[in-house]
Amino acid sequence: MVEDEGEGARAVPLSGHVGFDSMPDQLVNKSVNHGFCFNILCVGETGLGKSTLMDTLFNTKFEGEPTQHNQPGVTLKSNTYELQESNVRLKLTMVNTVGFGDQINKEDSYKSIVEFIDAQFEAYLQEELKIKRTLHSYHDTRIHACLYFIAPTGHSLKSLDLVTMKKLDSKVNIIPIIAKSDAISKSELAKFKIKITSELVSNGVQIYQFPTDDESVAEINSTMNSHLPFAVVGSTEEVKIGNKMVKARQYPWGTVQVENENHCDFVKLREMLIRVNMEDLREQTHTRHYELYRRCKLEEMGFKDTDPDSKPFSLQETYEAKRNEFMGELQKKEEEMRQMFVQRVKEKEAELKEAEKELHEKFDRLKKLHQDEKKKLEEKKKALDDEVNTFKQKKTAAELLLNQAQQAGGSTTLKRDKERKN
Amino acid sequence: GKTKADAAVSDRQPKTLEAYVGFANLPNQVYRKSVKRGFEFTLMVVGESGLGKSTLINSLFLTDLYSPEYPGPSHRIKQTVQVEQSKVLIKEGGVQLLLTIVDTPGFGDAVDNSGCWKSVTDYIDSKFEDFLNAESRVNRRQMPDSRVHCCLYFIAPSGHGLKPLDTEFMKYLHEKVNIIPLIAKADTLTPEECQQFKRQIMKEIQENEIKIYEFPETEDEEEMKLVKKIKDRLPLAVVGSNTIIEVDGKRVRGRKYPWGVAEGESFKSEFVLFRNPLFIFRTHMQDLKDVTNNVHYENFRSGKLAAVTCNGMENKHNGQLTKSPLAQMEEERQENMGRIKKMEQEMENVFEMKVKEKLQKLRDSEAELQKRHDQMNRSILAQHRDLEEKRRQLEEEIATWETQQRILEQQKLETLKGGNKKKKIF
Repeated sequence: MVEDEGEGARAVPLSGHVGFDSMPDQLVNKSVNHGFCFNILCVGETGLGKSTLMDTLFNTKFEGEPTQHNQPGVTLKSNTYELQESNVRLKLTMVNTVGFGDQINKEDSYKSIVEFIDAQFEAYLQEELKIKRTLHSYHDTRIHACLYFIAPTGHSLKSLDLVTMKKLDSKVNIIPIIAKSDAISKSELAKFKIKITSELVSNGVQIYQFPTDDESVAEINSTMNSHLPFAVVGSTEEVKIGNKMVKARQYPWGTVQVENENHCDFVKLREMLIRVNMEDLREQTHTRHYELYRRCKLEEMGFKDTDPDSKPFSLQETYEAKRNEFMGELQKKEEEMRQMFVQRVKEKEAELKEAEKELHEKFDRLKKLHQDEKKKLEEKKKALDDEVNTFKQKKTAAELLLNQAQQAGGSTTLKRDKERKN
Repeated sequence: GKTKADAAVSDRQPKTLEAYVGFANLPNQVYRKSVKRGFEFTLMVVGESGLGKSTLINSLFLTDLYSPEYPGPSHRIKQTVQVEQSKVLIKEGGVQLLLTIVDTPGFGDAVDNSGCWKSVTDYIDSKFEDFLNAESRVNRRQMPDSRVHCCLYFIAPSGHGLKPLDTEFMKYLHEKVNIIPLIAKADTLTPEECQQFKRQIMKEIQENEIKIYEFPETEDEEEMKLVKKIKDRLPLAVVGSNTIIEVDGKRVRGRKYPWGVAEGESFKSEFVLFRNPLFIFRTHMQDLKDVTNNVHYENFRSGKLAAVTCNGMENKHNGQLTKSPLAQMEEERQENMGRIKKMEQEMENVFEMKVKEKLQKLRDSEAELQKRHDQMNRSILAQHRDLEEKRRQLEEEIATWETQQRILEQQKLETLKGGNKKKKIF
């Protein structure tokens, strides 16, 4: 509050009318000119009258056909409508959970809902973090209110309801409503409401409480809080009651009037959701649910508000630190890669050297073999040469002997023999 | 009627509802909440001493913001330009306003006033910086807005034109804060002089491309008339007065001179507008805050963040500014990772190629050696055959000779045995 920030400010009296009391009007004018936007998420099983209730609440026929029960999973369909009442323009987005509760295994039913809600927060966060941003003209798609439709069994909440609401209560303002409540009698209804409330409390589910801090609406809000969850009936058909046409459901035994507070809590829901607390729902979404998402996201990314010495970080320091972290990581990676390559090259070189060595050794051995062979060859040759020489010597010696014999005597016979020989 | 065609899809004419829904009450909800929260506004007042700043502020807010206990800037003598703030909490009609008045004692009072705008821009920037840091925290709390929403710049009533100090100040400040220039002590100018002075000032403002605060167009006719009236009278000429004088039986605020009373609680005075018509505070306070938030602050913020992410380097392309610094850093990181991967691939390729080369060389070497080895083998084999051949020849020769020797021996024996036998043989 402004008063809290004004410590150190002195209060001074005014001696006349200055005119700044028009500031709220100025703010209002600006908002009206800008237009308002509101996003509702309807969660509930097929056939609980979600679309009909929305039509009834906003007095208009929204698009869409009744869905079948054979959806394979839960999908979210959203439609945006531009409505105007008096001079106020409202951009209303309705998101419907199609196929919720239709599967045999409902374990993952809540997942697509949570993902959707988170996606809207993420989109806003991204816009908020941009360098050049246009927040004031951003179409806010964050879910401001989640109407959770409870089946009118009259007994208790289904486990699917508890599980889903538990997953959603920290992300969105949950307003549980008992759908098609004309199926329950008044006495059963009271018991049902008590049972639901106690089950929610015992399971720690935080549902949206209408705010009681502003005196002008504290009373009505706290009264309404005690009527939660609202038991509603929706109808776009009109029936003549007295001399008026009213929205109602006609049964053979009677007519359930939607806007009759004795018949159902429809009017209460409309009052609380739209007429009194719409702005608070938007505010809570922004200041509580979104902030929680943002904080978790930033922490996940490693952002902190203070450094280890508990000194606050400035934005620049934070970004620079992040940047340096990234850079350091990259450098390390690069270095690692280089080292790995150096290692591989070394290894391969050693391998190849080894192969080369082997090759040389092989051929050295072969060379040696050759040399041995050559030596043997030499020896063989020498042996042969020796034999040749020996033979020659023998031959020469024999001839010498023969010559001597011939010269000694009987040389003619020898001559004759010689001639004959020749 | 509620036909399918009536089902509104966005982009068409907003659907007007027939029966009561209740969101027409939204403005009231906004009103209620804003009153509960309270408002804050920071107004900066700049001008030389003695131009009536404190008087004007006091008469603007109908209270002694400045008093003997809390003297105005002209009474606080400073050697250099200081920027000082004082906060007051004022209430009116159930609305609380935390008003911060920032003034600059010492502005323009020195002999050498060059750079006197610096302490002002530093102050404004530091407030932007505070807001930026608060906005960027992980754990954010309600953020107090101490940014300067409006700067009233007092021009001395010289009657001629803007002083160099005036133009310099406005040029440095016009993109940081909403400037509303005022002609101070306008009761020292005649109506004609005032008109002339105003025209000259506006001309010089345009020539210097100074962007002063622009009162926004509005759809409301009444308001538009008012806005037009102001626009025609810019810069507003003011006379501040704390004295209540009686004029024509009425008690008004005015300054009493021997020659008359300068007062103007109504638009009847063409050139002098008193506190009342400085009603910009009645109708434009919110807009002043919005322009500060959506324009001046955003400019500061994008400048700051662009510097941080691009590390002072030139932006490769403007497209980078539409992302958040984080997204940009992520992109950078991806780019770098891609680069490293590419490098890795290249190194891999080079490695493969080199290995292939080496292996090929090895194979060639092996083939060469093998060839030589085979040659050697063949040569040795040939030599062996040669030797074998020679041996064979030798053996043949020996055999022949031995045969001959035996024959000779035989013959010798025969001749020795007797010549008779010889006759018989032949």
